[in-house]
Amino acid sequence: MIKIRDLKIKLGKKQVLDGVDLDIPTGKTVVVMGRSGTGKSVLFKNIIGLMHPDSGSIEVDGQEVVGLPEKQLNEVRKRFGVLFQSGALFDSMTVGENVGLPLREHTKLSSAEIAKRVTERLEWVGLQGVEAMKPASLSGGMRKRVGLARAIAMDPAYILYDEPTTGLDPIMSDVINRLIRSLQQRIGVTSIVVTHDMNSAYHVGDELAMLHEGRVVFTGTPDEARSTSDPMVHQFIEGSSEGPIKPL
Amino acid sequence: MMELIEDGYEYLRDKTLDSIAEVGRIAMLVGDTFRKLGRGLRSFGLVVEQMDHIGVQSLMLVFIVSLFTGAVAAVQAGYQFANVVPLKFIGSVILRSVIIELGPVLTALIVGGRVGASIAAELGTMRVTEQIDALDAMAINPVRYLVVPRVVAALVMLPVLTIMANTIAIVGGWIVCLTTLDVSTHTYVTSMKTFFFMKDLWSGLIKAFFFGGIIAWMGCYYGFRTEGGAEGVGIATTRAVVSSCVLVLISDYVLANVLFRFIFNS
Ligand SMILES: Nc1ncnc2c1ncn2[C@@H]1O[C@H](COP(=O)(O)OP(=O)(O)O)[C@@H](O)[C@H]1O
Ligand SMILES: [Mg+2]
Repeated sequence: MIKIRDLKIKLGKKQVLDGVDLDIPTGKTVVVMGRSGTGKSVLFKNIIGLMHPDSGSIEVDGQEVVGLPEKQLNEVRKRFGVLFQSGALFDSMTVGENVGLPLREHTKLSSAEIAKRVTERLEWVGLQGVEAMKPASLSGGMRKRVGLARAIAMDPAYILYDEPTTGLDPIMSDVINRLIRSLQQRIGVTSIVVTHDMNSAYHVGDELAMLHEGRVVFTGTPDEARSTSDPMVHQFIEGSSEGPIKPL
Repeated sequence: MMELIEDGYEYLRDKTLDSIAEVGRIAMLVGDTFRKLGRGLRSFGLVVEQMDHIGVQSLMLVFIVSLFTGAVAAVQAGYQFANVVPLKFIGSVILRSVIIELGPVLTALIVGGRVGASIAAELGTMRVTEQIDALDAMAINPVRYLVVPRVVAALVMLPVLTIMANTIAIVGGWIVCLTTLDVSTHTYVTSMKTFFFMKDLWSGLIKAFFFGGIIAWMGCYYGFRTEGGAEGVGIATTRAVVSSCVLVLISDYVLANVLFRFIFNS
């Protein structure tokens, strides 16, 4: 369970998050939607302590993570798998070394055991025989899946996805959506998916939350989102340029 | 008019505060590197990899530069000695200027350009493609994982490269002496032996050690602070190279004073 309360952060002159309240119940997938530049990535970076809020609180399993010293923060981070927007694979390493890195750094597993786990996790995301390849030679969809394999290498309790389907073709997007779903069922992981892809939001979300101008302006199930009378949410999920949200 | 002065004042004030903050942040990175040194050294493979990048792959460049440095030193000494100082002293002049000054400083400037740029570009790219965030998110400290191996490798390799540069420069000088100055090998070597002081060699190597730190830390610092895509990586690379070259020359002056006035002054 992650509890976010009154989270505020100002970057430069812009109040990016202005009092975010959000609950992520254990075992559920919560989708945070919002337009580009509303602060979705900033919110997700605050959760794992890559950015530090000016005020507010983030509790992970009852433990406050805001202001936690690095050592304890790292213990919390080990319970998280993170899929970055671009995959964030290390291009100096092979695919296999990428996926195995957290295991080499944080476990005492032998290299044979690590290799076995790497192959297994790559299979979970539908990849075989790619261990020796370099990230530069992979397609966008493969890179995201390798990133996902690395995120689940340590059996995380939480997975954060930053725009997992952005920039992918519709078929690859569906592959990723199914993976997010299947991981939730397979390892009972709790997920936060940050996206502006409504298709993906409906597919993977147990709950949707909409971020707008620094606050969560709506939370509800996909059905509630579809039938909402809130004009702002309605406009966003319909993808219309007319309504209370003004295109900049 | 008043406004112009006020603007100018504000500009200067902001610039000054920025520079002070910058020095503070660099000092923090240096401190962080020492704090993470122990754990960082345990991943010894990473250090070896960087020694290869920083040291082994600079060999060819250092070789060429030092060969010509020695040769030029010999030509210049020959010209300036003419009718003033007997040429039999030429060996010692080449030796001492090379091991105290030319070897360490030119090696640092060359390696600073090559390695400083490559560190800043690599880490800068990692920053803008979220790879450094990914390390943090995996609970792998980026200073331990990226900075410590580079700094340690540079601290070790710069003195090693300098020893090599010294040797080759002396060979370069010797070739010029033999071929154009009519100084025999025996004269060249005897003169070097007569005026060789261990403290000269040491002072050069101590300087090289500091230069190694400057190069690696500047590359890491500007790489880590990169923002804004490919353009940002270019800016970071330029800053790393310029600042490490400037700092090498400034610290050369400071170290020359410290070493020869206070430490090797006997
Ligand atoms: N490190 C930073 N410094 C200053 N501003 C930032 C920084 N990171 C993000 N921002 C700003 O915060 C806002 C939200 O960014 P982001 O969270 O990346 O949006 P998105 O919802 O598309 O992921 C943007 O206006 C962006 O310019
Ligand atoms: Mg984003």
